[in-house]
Amino acid sequence: MNYFNQSLKSIHEKLVNKEISAKDLTQQTLDNIKKVDGDINAFLTVDDEGALKKASEIDEKGIDSDNLLSGMPIAIKDNMVTKGLKTTAASKILENFKPIFDATAVKKLQDLDTINVGKTNMDEFAMGGSTENSAFKVTHNPWDTTKVPGGSSGGSAAAVAAGEVLAALGSDTGGSIRQPASFNGVVGMKPTYGRVSRWGLIAFGSSLDQIGPITRNVFDNATVLNAIAGHDKHDLTSSTKEVPDFTSNLDKGVKRLKIGIPSEFMAQGLDDDVKQTVLNTADTFKKLGATVEEVSLPHTKYGVAAYYIISSSEASSNLQRFDGIRYGRRAENIKNLDDLYVKSRSEGFGDEVKRRIMLGTFSLSAGFYDAYFKKAAQVRTLMINDFTKVFKDYDLILAPTAPTPAYGIGEDVSDPMTMYMNDVLTLPVNLAGLPGMSIPAGFSNGLPVGVQLIGRPFDESTIYQAGNAFEQNTDFGKQTPKMGGNN
Amino acid sequence: MTEKISEDQVKHVAELAKLKIADDQLPYFTTQLDQIIGLFETLSEVDTDGVEPTSSVTDQINVMRDDVAEDWHQRQALLDNAPDTADGYIRVPTIIDESGENE
Repeated sequence: MNYFNQSLKSIHEKLVNKEISAKDLTQQTLDNIKKVDGDINAFLTVDDEGALKKASEIDEKGIDSDNLLSGMPIAIKDNMVTKGLKTTAASKILENFKPIFDATAVKKLQDLDTINVGKTNMDEFAMGGSTENSAFKVTHNPWDTTKVPGGSSGGSAAAVAAGEVLAALGSDTGGSIRQPASFNGVVGMKPTYGRVSRWGLIAFGSSLDQIGPITRNVFDNATVLNAIAGHDKHDLTSSTKEVPDFTSNLDKGVKRLKIGIPSEFMAQGLDDDVKQTVLNTADTFKKLGATVEEVSLPHTKYGVAAYYIISSSEASSNLQRFDGIRYGRRAENIKNLDDLYVKSRSEGFGDEVKRRIMLGTFSLSAGFYDAYFKKAAQVRTLMINDFTKVFKDYDLILAPTAPTPAYGIGEDVSDPMTMYMNDVLTLPVNLAGLPGMSIPAGFSNGLPVGVQLIGRPFDESTIYQAGNAFEQNTDFGKQTPKMGGNN
Repeated sequence: MTEKISEDQVKHVAELAKLKIADDQLPYFTTQLDQIIGLFETLSEVDTDGVEPTSSVTDQINVMRDDVAEDWHQRQALLDNAPDTADGYIRVPTIIDESGENE
C-alpha cells in the first residue's frame, strides 16, 4: 500500500469503516517501505515490531472516529528522541543511542494513537541541506533518484513524497523542513518559534530550531500541527499562547489578503523556473482576490553570514555534551580523560559538524565575540525589524523556498560555501522566529518547485488559509513521482 | 585574499572545542573556514550602532519553576547507554595522566 492520492481523511475513513484494520494498514505500510525504500533510503530505522504492536493495541480499543490520526502510520526525523528506539541524529557518535523518553512532539502524536513506523534520515545533527551529510546513507529524491532530497529533513520529505507515509515530522533550523518539502513536492511547515516544544529534539541552534509537519496536503499539515503544538513545561521557550484549530480557517480563501513579495528574494542567483513559479503563484493569488505587491527586506543579503555565526555558535555549545562518557560512541585506546573527549568527538563527528563547531567556537572566542557573535545578533535585530515593518501592511509574504530545484547527488556537498548560500531564502524566517510553509507550486524539468508563505508570529492560520486556497485551485500537489515504475 | 584564519588558529580553535584535526586535514579545514569567515566579515558593512542584539525570539520571559528532582526509574536504561559501566556506575579512564606519555 502506498499513500499516493491518499489523505488523512481518506485513510481515516477506511479505518473507521473497517475496510482495513490499523494492523493491516501498518503491515501494508511496512511492506511498501520494504519495497520502495531500497531506492529512496528515506529511513534509518524501521520499527516493524513496535509499529505492529501499537497497531494491534489500537485495533483492540477501536479507531476513534473523531480523531483523524487514530491508527495512522507516521515517520519521525531521527533527531527527535523516541523511547527505546534507536535515535542517532545521523551521527556515528550516537550510533547505538536508545533514548529513555519520547520528545514532546512525538509523545503528543503517540497519545493521539498514531503509529511510528520509523526514524528518517537527515544531515548529521541537521547540519546541511541535502541529507548527504548523514553518517549512514544517502537519501534519493523520489522524483529523480540521481537528485538529492534536500535537507536536513530529507528523509522525512522523501518518505512522504514516495508515498511511504502520509505524514512525517521534520525540524527546521535554517530551512530544513521547507527546502526538502520544495525539492520533494510536498507541504512543509516551520511553525513560529515556541509553537511546538523542542523538548527531546536533539539541539542544534536552540534559538532557531522548530519541529514541524511534512505532509501531502495543507489540511493534513494543519491537522498534524494541531496535534503537536502547545506549551510544554519541559521547554521554557514554548509559548503559553492559546493554540487555535489550524484547520478551521482553511476555506476562507484569500480575498482581501495583502501579500508581499520581497524584491531581495527575487534577485540574482535565482533559477529562472523558480522565479517564474513565484510569479505564477502571485497571479493565482491575484485571481483569487488577494493583493500582491513588491516589498523590501533590505538586510536579506546579510542573513547567511548572521545565521551561520549564530547557528554555529549555538551548535558549538549544544554539541559539547557529546563526549563519549554517558552515552554514545567512546573511542578506544585512551590514555586519559581529555584524550577520551578529543578522540571520541574527532572520530564520532563528520566534517560538516566539525566545521560548524569550530566556526562557533571561533565566533564566541575572546577577541572575536564582538566582531562576530554580537554583530550577528545585532543584524538579526535589523532583520526582525524589516519583517515587522512589512507585516504592518501585509498579511503574508510570498517567496521562493530555494534558489533552485533539487540538484544532483554529489554536486554541492564538497563546497560548504555553496551549501550555505542555498539557505539564503529560508533562514531569515528562523532568525526572526516566524512561521513559514513551503507548498508545491510548479515543476522544472520534471522536478517539483515549492514556494514559501511567511506569516506574522503565531499566525500559522493565515498561511494555511492561503496555502489551502492555492492548493484547491491548482494541481501541483496532486502529481506523484514515477519511482522506477513503482506506481 | 588576506588570510582570515591561520592553520595555527584553526588548531587552537579545534583544541578549545575538544577536536583533533589531523595535520594532513589542516589545510582543507583552514581554506574552508577562511572562506566562511570572509563571508562573516561582510557584516561589518552594516551600521549596527545602538542596535540591541537579539539572542532569543521566544515570547516567554523569565519562566520560573520549582527545583524538584524527579525519579524516572530508568537507572538501568540509562546505564545501558553508557559505553563502560561497573557496579551501577559509569566508568571513565584516569583523569590525571601519570604515564608521562601525553606531555
